[in-house]
Amino acid sequence: MAIVTAPRKACAVNPLKMSQPIGGAFAFMGLRGAMPLLHGSQGCTSFGLTLFVRHFKEAVPLQTTAMSEVATVLGGYENLEQAILNIYNRTKPKIIGICSTGVTETNGDDVDAYLKLIRSKHLQLAKLPLVYVSTPDFKGAFQDGWGKAVARIVEVLVEGPGANGLRDPLKVNVLPGCHLTPGDIDELRVILEDFGLCPSFLPDVAGSLDGHIPDEFTPTTIGGIGVDEIESMGRAGWTIAIGAQMQRAAEVMQVKTGVPFRVFERLCGLCPNDEFMTFLSEISGRPIPLKYRRQRGQLADAMLDAHFHIGGRKVAIGAEPDLLFDLSGMLHDMGAQLTAVVTTTQSEVIERIKTKEVLIGDLEDLEGLAKTHHCDLLITHSHGRQAAARLKLPFYRTGFPMFDRLGAGHQLSVGYRGTRNLIFEIANLVIAHREENDRPTPDKWRTASELPRCSGYRSSTGAAGEAIG
Amino acid sequence: MSSLAATVQNIFDEPGCAKNGSKSEAERKNGCTKQLQPGSAAGGCAFDGAKVALQPFTDVAHLVHGPIACEGNSWDNRGAASSGSNLWRTSFTTDLSETDIVFGGEKRLCKAIKEIIDKCDPPAIFVYQTCIPAMIGDDINAVCKAASQRFAKPVIPINSPGFVGSKNLGNKLAGEALLDYVIGTQEPDYTTPYDINLIGEYNLSGELWQVKPLLDELGIRILSCISGDGKYREVASSHRARAAMLVCSKSMINVARKMEQRYGIPFFEGAFYGIQDSSESLRQLARLLVERGAPADLLGRTESVIAREEACARAAIGPYKPRFEGKKALLITGGVKSWSIVAALQESGLELVGTSVKKSTRNDKERIKELMGRDAYMIEDMTPREMYKMLKDAKADIMLSGGKSQFVALKAAMPWLDINQERCHAYMGYVGMVKLVEEIDKSLSSPMWEQLRRPAPWQALAKAMEQMQPPVAAIACDPALAETARRARKICVCNTVDLGTIEDAIYAHGLRSVAAVREHTDALGGCCRRRIQGILVSDPSAMGQAAE
Repeated sequence: MAIVTAPRKACAVNPLKMSQPIGGAFAFMGLRGAMPLLHGSQGCTSFGLTLFVRHFKEAVPLQTTAMSEVATVLGGYENLEQAILNIYNRTKPKIIGICSTGVTETNGDDVDAYLKLIRSKHLQLAKLPLVYVSTPDFKGAFQDGWGKAVARIVEVLVEGPGANGLRDPLKVNVLPGCHLTPGDIDELRVILEDFGLCPSFLPDVAGSLDGHIPDEFTPTTIGGIGVDEIESMGRAGWTIAIGAQMQRAAEVMQVKTGVPFRVFERLCGLCPNDEFMTFLSEISGRPIPLKYRRQRGQLADAMLDAHFHIGGRKVAIGAEPDLLFDLSGMLHDMGAQLTAVVTTTQSEVIERIKTKEVLIGDLEDLEGLAKTHHCDLLITHSHGRQAAARLKLPFYRTGFPMFDRLGAGHQLSVGYRGTRNLIFEIANLVIAHREENDRPTPDKWRTASELPRCSGYRSSTGAAGEAIG
Repeated sequence: MSSLAATVQNIFDEPGCAKNGSKSEAERKNGCTKQLQPGSAAGGCAFDGAKVALQPFTDVAHLVHGPIACEGNSWDNRGAASSGSNLWRTSFTTDLSETDIVFGGEKRLCKAIKEIIDKCDPPAIFVYQTCIPAMIGDDINAVCKAASQRFAKPVIPINSPGFVGSKNLGNKLAGEALLDYVIGTQEPDYTTPYDINLIGEYNLSGELWQVKPLLDELGIRILSCISGDGKYREVASSHRARAAMLVCSKSMINVARKMEQRYGIPFFEGAFYGIQDSSESLRQLARLLVERGAPADLLGRTESVIAREEACARAAIGPYKPRFEGKKALLITGGVKSWSIVAALQESGLELVGTSVKKSTRNDKERIKELMGRDAYMIEDMTPREMYKMLKDAKADIMLSGGKSQFVALKAAMPWLDINQERCHAYMGYVGMVKLVEEIDKSLSSPMWEQLRRPAPWQALAKAMEQMQPPVAAIACDPALAETARRARKICVCNTVDLGTIEDAIYAHGLRSVAAVREHTDALGGCCRRRIQGILVSDPSAMGQAAE
C-alpha cells in the first residue's frame, strides 16, 4: 500500500495537471460530427485548443460561449443560447457536448435548466442531442473530466433495453480511458475483431484524431462513434471499461441497460493482457487466435532482452492516476524501482501502486524527488523536458500533452504488441542515453575510485552497463 | 489607482491608434468593445494577452492566480529566447481549489509569493489575475502591495482577467501595469546618447538577435526591450532611453505613447520584417537619436550598413526569384504585420493572391493597397472552409499563416509555412528575410506534395474501371463473347449491317474509305457514315485480332 500525500504548497510550480473541462471536451472529440463547447471565457477554450493542436497536430473542433465580464455577472443563458444556435447554423453538428468551466461554475449557471429553456424556445433543435457535463476547473483533473463526460453521454444517449430485450452477444461496448491513444484504440479494435467480436468504442478518438486526411473539410469532428451507434449500445453482450476512471460510466451503462461490465485497470504488461485475452476468449467462445500466442512469445522475449536495461532503474514518473497505474505496474514487473511517483488527482488505484509514497503534486515535486533519490529515468508528459534537461536524465514522454515530439496519437501501450514496443522504446532510450553520456574513459575509472561521492547516481548506471557487458 | 473598468476605458481611448482616430466622437466612447460571438469565437482572452506580452521577461517569476486551467493548460508554449535567466519558463500558479473559491484565495496568493521568494529569489514577481479570483473578489492589488512591503521586493499585479476582453486588450493591460508599477522605478547604471527602447518585440525564436548585431555595430544600445529577452532592471530603468521603436504596433501602443508623454521619448512604428522595412527602421532609429542629440555621423554610418546589408540580402535572394516565378501565396495572419510581410514576399518574386486584414488598421490597409495594387485581395474574415476551398482550387501555391489554421493547408496537401508566434525559425532582419525565402523554397519545391496529391492506387483503379464500361472489360477477356458482341452491334441501321461484317470486310480487303466499305458490304454509308469512319480510324491491329 502506497501512502498518498496531498500537496502542502500554496504555489504549484510547473504543473503536471491539466484541467477538467478540456478532459470533458476531449471525450466529445471521440464522437462523429461533434462540436465540444466550453461554457466559459474564450481563453478557457483557446488554451485547450492550442494544447490539443500541439499534441495531435490536427485540426481540433472546440468552441466557446465567450463569456464576458458582464455576461458572467448577469448569467450565461444568452451566451449559451447564442453559441448553440450559431454552432447549429454554421457547422450542422450531429451532437454538441457542453462542458462548464470555473467561471460558470463559480457564478452558478444552471445549464441543465438553460438547455430545457433553449429547447422549448428553439424547436429546430428538438432532434439535436445536447449533452451537458459539469466540469469545474478548480476540482479534479483531465481524466476526471473525461470520465464524467462519458458517464453523461451514456446517461443521456444510450437507449434502455427494447421491448423484446434482445441482446447481441457478439456486440461489445468498450469504454476506453483518456490515457489510451488513438493507436491503442485501433489496436484493441483489431484484437476484439480477431475474436469475432463487434466492438463499439465510446469515445472513439481513433476515428477523429488518428491523423488521417479527410476528403472534405468539416468544421466538426471528422470521425468517431456515431450517435446512433451510441444509442444502440444497450444491446451489447458486455461492456469492457479500461482504466478505473471508466468504472462509473460502465456502472451507469449497467443500471440503464443491464449490460454487465468488467473493468481492466491495466492493459500494459504480460499478466494484464493474459487476463484480457482469457476474458475475450470466454465471452466470444473462441480460442485465443494463433497470432496472439505468437505475440505473447515476442513480448516475453522482449522482457527478457530489456530487463537488463530497465531492471534496477530508479524511475521518476509523473502521470494521471490511470496511466500512472498502468505504466508503473509494467515497469515494476520489469524490475524497475518506482522511486519518485507524482500524480494529479485522487483515485482509488493510486494507493495500490507498487511504491512507498505517491504524491499528488506538480513537476517541481517530481524533479525534486528525482534529484534527492538519484533517479535515472524520467517518465512524464512533455512539460518534463526542462526537468530532464536540468537533471540530465533519459526522458520518456507519455500522456497528455506531448507537444515536442511527433506521433503522440500513435504511441502504443496496450496488448502484447503494444507492451513489447513500449518496452523496446524505453530500453532504447536508456541505452542511447548511456552511450551519449556515460561512456567509460580511463579518467572516469580513476575519478570513480578516487571520488566515492558520486557513487549514488553513477554506480547504478554502471551496474546496468556491466550487466550487459 | 483606478479601477479595472476605468483602465479598460482609458485604453480604448487611444489617440495613437489610427483606427480609434478615425472614429466619430460617439463611436470612440464605445471603445473597442466589439462583442465576441459565442459559438464562433476564436482566439485568446485578456489574461492570455497579458501573459504573452510579459512572459518574455526572463528573470521575473510569473505567478498566475487562478484555477489550474489558466496556467496548467497553457504554460511553456512560447518560443521566446533568453540570453540569461530561464526563470520565465518555470510555471507558477496558485492552482485554486474549491475551498479557496469559497473562502477566498488571497491568503494562498500571499503564501505563494513567499514560497517563490524563498525558492528562487527573483528580482520581481508578476502576479496575473484570472476570471475566478476576480469574480470572488480577491484583491490582488492589495495583496501585491502588502507583499512588496513585507518582502521588500517588487510584486506587480497584472490585472487582466480573461473575461474583460480579447487578447489584444490583455496586451495593453499588461502595458498599463508596466507603466503604473515598473517603468521609472529604477535608474540605469549609465546612459549613452544611443540608448533605445524596443516596445512590443518578443524575441521569438531569438529573432531579435538577428538585428542586434547591426545595432551593436552602429553603437546603438538596446536599453530595454519590452519584453523579448528583457530583464526587470532594464524595464524599470527604460525611461532613460533617447528614442523608442514600436515593433508590434497593435500590442503595446499605449506604452510607447505614454512613455513619450511622460518621459519625452519619441517613438516610431516600424518592423524588421523584409529588406525595405529593416532599412527604414534603422534609418528612423538613427534619425530619432540624432534629433535627440546623438552625433550626426550616425546617419552616414547607418546608410553604409544598410547599403552593405541590402546588397548582401538581395544577392542571397536573387537566385530564388526565377524559381518563384508564377507562384502564388496566400497570407493569413492576425493582419497585424501583413503589410510588412507582403512587401517582403514581393521582393522575393512571389505573387500574393490575398492577405488577411482582420486586425490591421486603416493605415496598414492603405499600405497593403499601395503594395499589392488596386485590386488587392484583402480578406476581412475567412472561414477555414473558404481557405480550404481556395487552396484546393489551387488559387494559391502556398499558405503562410499562424499555427491554428495550418491544417487547412496541410489537409488540402498544400505547402504551408508558420509565420506566427509558435514558429521555430527566426525571420527578422536581413538574415531572416533570406531564411524566409529559403523556407518557402524548401516547402514549395518539396517532392512530397506531388506524391500526396496523387490518387491512392485503389482510387486510380476505380477510376479506370469506371471509364472502361463493364461489358467491354468482360468482352476483352472472352473471345466468344467478343464475337457475339461484334455481330450484335448494328452499324448501318437502314440495311441492318453489323459491326462484325464491316470489320471483317475492312480486314479482308484492306479497305481505307467509306466508299470502299459501301462497295464490299450492304452498308449505305449515309446516316452511318460517321460510324464507319470511326471504325476505319480505330486501331487496325485490334481489328485484325477481332476478325480472327
